[in-house]
Amino acid sequence: MPSVSALQKLSSQVRRDIIRMTNSAASGHPGGALGTADFLVTLYFEFMKPDPKGFTTDGIGEDLFFLSNGHLSAVWYSVLARYGYFEIKELGTFRKLSSRLQGHPSIHEGLPGIRIASGSLGQGLSVACGAALAKRLNKDNHLVYCLVGDGELDEGQNWEALMFAPDRKIDNLVAIVDYNGQQIDGPVKNVLDLGNLKAKLESFGWRVLEMYGNDIQDIIKMLRIAISELHKGKPVIIMMTTHMGFGVDFMLDNHEWHGVPPNDEQAKQALSQLPETIGDY
Amino acid sequence: MHQYINTGSKDTRSGFGEALLELGKQNPDIVALCADLTGSMKMDAFAKAFPDRFFQTGIAEANMMGVAAGLTIGGKIPFTGTFANFSTGRVYDQIRQSIAYSNKNVKICASHAGITLGEDGATHQILEDIGLMKMLPNMTVINPCDFNQTKAATLSAASYKGPVYLCFGRPKVPNFTPADEAFEIGKALILNKGMDVTIFATGHLVWHALEAGKILEDQGFTADIINIHTIKPLNNSAVINSLKKTGCAVTAEEHMMNGGMGDSIAQLLVREYPVPMEMVAINDTFGESGKPEELMKKFGLDAEHIVLAALQSMARKEQFAAKYAH
Repeated sequence: MPSVSALQKLSSQVRRDIIRMTNSAASGHPGGALGTADFLVTLYFEFMKPDPKGFTTDGIGEDLFFLSNGHLSAVWYSVLARYGYFEIKELGTFRKLSSRLQGHPSIHEGLPGIRIASGSLGQGLSVACGAALAKRLNKDNHLVYCLVGDGELDEGQNWEALMFAPDRKIDNLVAIVDYNGQQIDGPVKNVLDLGNLKAKLESFGWRVLEMYGNDIQDIIKMLRIAISELHKGKPVIIMMTTHMGFGVDFMLDNHEWHGVPPNDEQAKQALSQLPETIGDY
Repeated sequence: MHQYINTGSKDTRSGFGEALLELGKQNPDIVALCADLTGSMKMDAFAKAFPDRFFQTGIAEANMMGVAAGLTIGGKIPFTGTFANFSTGRVYDQIRQSIAYSNKNVKICASHAGITLGEDGATHQILEDIGLMKMLPNMTVINPCDFNQTKAATLSAASYKGPVYLCFGRPKVPNFTPADEAFEIGKALILNKGMDVTIFATGHLVWHALEAGKILEDQGFTADIINIHTIKPLNNSAVINSLKKTGCAVTAEEHMMNGGMGDSIAQLLVREYPVPMEMVAINDTFGESGKPEELMKKFGLDAEHIVLAALQSMARKEQFAAKYAH
């Protein structure tokens, strides 16, 4: 089991990957990717621990992760590569012609670790519900995780899924809302206010937890609690507070870094704030 | 003219329902989802027999498509059920990303396709569904013609790996294809052999095409009548081989001209074997309320209009031949 400091080192490296990938592609979405690096590293290395070499789309006998807000692809690709799904040098092909690392996650090009395309928002939670139901039918006790953005909750399909999962007692599912309060056009509050999200989720029948997604110790603690709350007849959802652009001071909490890559100068400045810990790709 | 006997009119959707129940018994990986139309979709027998494998999603089609895509991850073979309008237009992006682009083994089963949905009117009569679905890479598109063929097509879709759009209808229509006829996805069926014109028909229009064949015969013409039950992939060789013999075509379908079966055949002919062709289809207009048979007549989707189109196509063939001779 990796120590917290080992996970922190990995997160720093993943953040470097995100900066270097988006800079090299001159496109991509660094803000949310940086904000969720700690969570995704912890989820894969501390909790899911899948077998990267025995990857199958069906994923029977292992935990599954779905990224509904597919524009965070850079962080997912980095974590998958660092976990051993494919060679880290492939990260350099991100968003470039003939790459398996498409702008948004896809299975079309056969990248291991990914089971469905995402990016057109609002679809992942439904998919995760289906995958969780398949696990139930298969008597497979492994879990399904799904990350959705808070801005993404504008999409109505989420609310269909949010109604469906408790009704079906899908209690092998942990949904995580990246609660960073930012979306493309500005703060979520100004674009389309989510109101009292916790009350809404609870009234829909979810077990709602809160955690701070830029503190690995808190992530470990709360994911353990989340897992202990499963198999009790309710799906679990975690409102995960994060900071967009976490780790790079000039990107922090700034919605303008949602979908803008750093230029060479900005990348240099960002990398100076993110220690290279286990080696750049 | 080969004689086809109506063994008793039935709705095509009941063929789907029967097949789904059979599949449920055969294969524990078959699951079904429905968006609050279980009775209309004839899915109640499956729901009753296999409650653990039936998922009522409520009137939430977008979620239903996503849940279906998710169920394939784990090896399930989901059949989604709702009307054609809500199976396609309403959920196009969900199908596009989570099913077609992701190449998921989901069977999108759509009833009440076309104008014969009837009295509910244009809001529910989608005439664009085949076009929408055939444009998606990875998607197979099937439109069977009667109860027996719908049943066979449903069974066949289950053994095919990949996304399938299977559309069928609401009204009782003649059931005339053999109950034991093998259904092969992508293989057109030659229902009658003739020399003067080829009629390509799909769905409810196949029976009307056979009726048209009889009328043409009375007028001294013989027609190849080909049932295009699979619009994508199109059986190109069957289309072209017939036209090499007859030299002119008519297409007949209960769908918009843009994007339908006729559109697929026209594209093939323009590229590979240009011959005169006429299209019996709905031309850039919405439907309206009425009884199915009244609507078919009003919108020109019947034997009479197929005959007129065939005469026109044959006349153009003659004109071309005359022009070419000079």
